[in-house]
Amino acid sequence: MPDPILELDGVGKHFGGVVVLQDVSFHVARGARHALIGPNGAGKTTLFNVISGVFPPDEGTVKLNGRDLAGVPSRRRIAMGMARSFQNIRLMPHLSVVENVMLGQHARQGLLGQLKPVGLLPQARERRAALDLLDAFGLDAYPGQVVANLPYGIRKKIEVVRALMAEPELLLLDEPAAGLNPTETAALRDFLMEVSARGVTLLVVEHDMPFVNSLCEHVTVMNFGRLIYDGTAAGVREDEAVLEAYLGHRRKGATNAA
Amino acid sequence: MSGYLSGVIAILGINVIFAYGIFVTAAAGQLNLGGAGFQAIGAYGAAILSLEFGLGIWAAIAAATVIGGLIGFLIAFPILRTRGVYMVLATFAFAQVVVGIVLNSNYLGGSMGLIMSDYIETGAIIWATLGVILFVFYLMSTPMGLAMRAVHDDEPVADLMGVNNRAVQVAAFALGGAITGLSGALYAYYFGFVEVQYFNALLSIFVLLYVLIGGTQTAWGPLVGAGFFTLIPEALRMGEDWRFLIFGVLIVAMMILRPEGIVTRDAVDRIRARLSPRARDA
Repeated sequence: MPDPILELDGVGKHFGGVVVLQDVSFHVARGARHALIGPNGAGKTTLFNVISGVFPPDEGTVKLNGRDLAGVPSRRRIAMGMARSFQNIRLMPHLSVVENVMLGQHARQGLLGQLKPVGLLPQARERRAALDLLDAFGLDAYPGQVVANLPYGIRKKIEVVRALMAEPELLLLDEPAAGLNPTETAALRDFLMEVSARGVTLLVVEHDMPFVNSLCEHVTVMNFGRLIYDGTAAGVREDEAVLEAYLGHRRKGATNAA
Repeated sequence: MSGYLSGVIAILGINVIFAYGIFVTAAAGQLNLGGAGFQAIGAYGAAILSLEFGLGIWAAIAAATVIGGLIGFLIAFPILRTRGVYMVLATFAFAQVVVGIVLNSNYLGGSMGLIMSDYIETGAIIWATLGVILFVFYLMSTPMGLAMRAVHDDEPVADLMGVNNRAVQVAAFALGGAITGLSGALYAYYFGFVEVQYFNALLSIFVLLYVLIGGTQTAWGPLVGAGFFTLIPEALRMGEDWRFLIFGVLIVAMMILRPEGIVTRDAVDRIRARLSPRARDA
């Protein structure tokens, strides 16, 4: 892979005696739409937490743009070009839509910027930028509303827009389609294609395979904390190890009997 | 202005400032049940700086505010190691330690208190109150205020958005200590004396109630909460015997009907929308 944005090399993580990640190595190409799939408990969310710095890996290295992230606090990673969404929507419930999105600018604001009375200036650059981004994704109907009152599908999108506000190069999405109906899932796919068209690299954890196939060209599969497949989305359906992880063992002779 | 009315306004002003001192830490997600301790630091700081060091009124008040902020900053480090109910207990213990030190110190007047040599009038308190209200509204409108509310709502996510949670929490504690210290200094100069008995646990509980019942989601909450708690008991004075009973029932009713405080984010939005139909986009 010529120009990886994210490089994982031999990443391992255990909690007490439970090994959650073992020797996970793969690259995410710049500009790619890359899926990370695997059965429940495969370690996908743990891997996201290691990448975003919620906790450090026990072994191995994580590199962003060639820079080793060991010892870089999680709060500094967003300024280095990495933002993420969460499996369960984690918008700030008491903030309005536009305030949630403006939070995405935090990492780029200096001390003086922190002290600008943005809330009292309706035309402030910070507010306009957040409104414009919401507008660009068709979410301009609700900027002043408190997010707790909005429908689930809308909140999912707002969470992605908040991450985009940080102008990330790499966006980690943890099960963005979970809990969405087929219409909403299709809309989310179009939405993420637009995000991708802006040059943002996507790494997506997802269970919904039709969604993954329609969005991502590269797939990495994990099972029991190990990497079992890393290749094209088309190849994953033919891969023995992946089929076994999802469908169980094929008994010897079963093919003949059938 | 009658003496009674001017007295009520002065107490209201001191209570509003006091409530904002507790509010700024609460807005960043920390409950401070040691308000009386911080207020005592401001009151005694102003008294000693005036009586022993001969500082003028406004110099002493400013210095007491800074001392409150410094102590808030220093105490934030051990207190922020605790969480939830333990943090509430730690701040409560802090206030008891302050009171214990004052009681056992002859320099600070012990249980007899200190008598001030200068006074301020209600007008000065009104100006100080307006200043603090404007400052807190300004603060809450900045990205810094947004970061405080984000820390309140979801610390791990605030961290991943690039917010330095610990710095925000320490800053909120220091700012809260300063504003609370200011309320104590004004108290000392308005009443002309400080006695430690006033800065008791009940005072800490009351000011926290101003903030929680007023609402922590917007800067309007402490204003409404302190107003409610200062003015309703005065208004109920006519029914002397029933006063505290009615007041207690009102508090319980508030907690049942408005569990997130009298003034919530939604309420402010609705009022704004009614005042100007386009304000919803703001």
